[in-house]
Amino acid sequence: MSYKMIVLAKQVPDTKNITGDAMKEDGTVNRSALPAIFNPEDLNALEMALSIKERYGGHVTVLSMGPPRAAEISRQGLMRGADDAALICDRRAAVADTLATAYTLSCAVGKLGDFDLILCGRQAIDGDTAQVGPQLAGKLNIPQITYVEEIREIANGAVEARRYIEDGYEVVRARLPALLTVVGTANEPRPPAAKLLMQYKKARTPSEVKTEAGDDKANDEIDKLNERGLLLKEWDIDCIGADCLQCGFAGSPTHVMNIESVVLAAGEHKIIEPTREGVADLVRELVEDHALG
Amino acid sequence: MTEHNQDGLGVLVFAEQDEGKLAEVSLELLSKARELADKLNKKVGAALPGHNVADLAPVLVAHGADVVFVAEDPGLEQYTTVPYANVISEIVRKSDPEVVLFGASLVGRDLAPRVASRLRTGLTADCTDLQIGDFSDKKNSYANLLHQIRPAFGGNIIATIVTPEHRPQMATVREGVMPLRPADASRVGEVKQVKVDLDGSDELVRVIERFKAEKKVDLKGASVIVAGGAGVGGKEGFELIRELARALGGEVGASRAAVDTGYIAKEHQVGQTGTTVRPKVYIACGISGQVQHRAGMADSSKIIAINTDPNAPIFSIAHYGIVGDLFQVVPMLIETYKQK
Repeated sequence: MSYKMIVLAKQVPDTKNITGDAMKEDGTVNRSALPAIFNPEDLNALEMALSIKERYGGHVTVLSMGPPRAAEISRQGLMRGADDAALICDRRAAVADTLATAYTLSCAVGKLGDFDLILCGRQAIDGDTAQVGPQLAGKLNIPQITYVEEIREIANGAVEARRYIEDGYEVVRARLPALLTVVGTANEPRPPAAKLLMQYKKARTPSEVKTEAGDDKANDEIDKLNERGLLLKEWDIDCIGADCLQCGFAGSPTHVMNIESVVLAAGEHKIIEPTREGVADLVRELVEDHALG
Repeated sequence: MTEHNQDGLGVLVFAEQDEGKLAEVSLELLSKARELADKLNKKVGAALPGHNVADLAPVLVAHGADVVFVAEDPGLEQYTTVPYANVISEIVRKSDPEVVLFGASLVGRDLAPRVASRLRTGLTADCTDLQIGDFSDKKNSYANLLHQIRPAFGGNIIATIVTPEHRPQMATVREGVMPLRPADASRVGEVKQVKVDLDGSDELVRVIERFKAEKKVDLKGASVIVAGGAGVGGKEGFELIRELARALGGEVGASRAAVDTGYIAKEHQVGQTGTTVRPKVYIACGISGQVQHRAGMADSSKIIAINTDPNAPIFSIAHYGIVGDLFQVVPMLIETYKQK
């Protein structure tokens, strides 16, 4: 028995190192000014899919959505062992909230055809919402298992997984097809394989080819890449049969009303010298205030 | 703008229970719901799915609910996503609330997006504040919307989100973020039994094994918290943090950076995506103080920050600041406290 799997992966800004330069005047974040990375828990999801493929056999497609440069997610997925990759790339799908994102992804999943499992990271580090996975499962009307730490078994048309719960764990069995969201502690994602890295480093989407080769030569280049199996799939929303009113900003119930960069006023605090005397004075003051017993 | 049912509820709260025990976050949300609904001049509802849970309804009323929707079925005894989502969606359809709130517990974060997807409405995760206010865009003006306030982008920005056209407006909130007001046993509320038709949805997912450990870390109940961040440098460094916590009779906390890098377990995490705390003393060791962290501890009575970087944001909310190496300062704290 082999399983057809789709891994959802998002390209995210490396939020650990954001500076003021990365903010646009309208208060939104200028993603192009930040280093872009493969969302960490999506790598855990990919690793889980690849290990299921190794155990049972199967086929893994990495599906992403983003600007043209998110093609890097397709390449990274293929270099790690995915069988196929596709990028949904369309300005009309941009500025989507989680509901519109889930809708757009559901259309792309439909284009990919039958599947047994969808795997994605628990959450993306730019929004931390953990909503898209369950919302997509809702759109597809399939069961979900969130916070998955381990696949116990896939058999008899069902997946059995251990999931994290508060102060413990649960083992649950869900009927296939199902959607799993995977946590960072599930596994250690493999790095790109050297051979696949060499194979796919020249893989490009049509948009990338147009930017790199110029419009005149683009068609020839695209044909050449296609012959060599290095043309990456790039889908606009017409191609996946999505209703543009349900995608992007138009399809998003939530709107950002206001964004404030976090600016810290210098707070007033008592400065304690890092010396034995300074620390002893602090302890005495806290004890006198009954803050410490 | 869409016309909304004037008889509808103001705010509906998902009343989460596990083995007959209500989650504290649900009661905290009822306190907040009461405040929001009073501004809207509307009622507060609580949705209580489970098996043999009707005796919890008076607790929900005492904490602010005007009406409790009890949905009982053996198939709802243990939480699974789809049956709960079906039941909550049905209660929302019937009661037509302006706002629906969920605790951002693991259950709430599993359930709320599924319900939002079903109802095709907006949902904002991990709000740190909720207010009623106005909103205008290029086309329209809206009165009395839910302002859903949350840090985003790794805590580098604070965003206010609104859901202008869709109802209900949905949000999740972490435990401890909203203050719990005392119960009022004299409050009167209505209890409505909701007819449950699971329609086989309880067959999709089965819980076949469950393990819950005794809660070992009690951050919310601690009066002293010693917390470590990236500056602690590793698991070994946290031994020093534990030693100070033991000496002061406190609990060990941690920043997200320390948890994400594996220095310490997630149950110690303080902040927007961890636990919100208000101890008498909070000692932040090697924590830079991202807004996500500060959102979870800024209301502590006395904040002591120890950091080698004098520009670390943590100093902006500290009452006492020590610019220095925690590996020198913390042993001094332990020693001087023991000698006091």
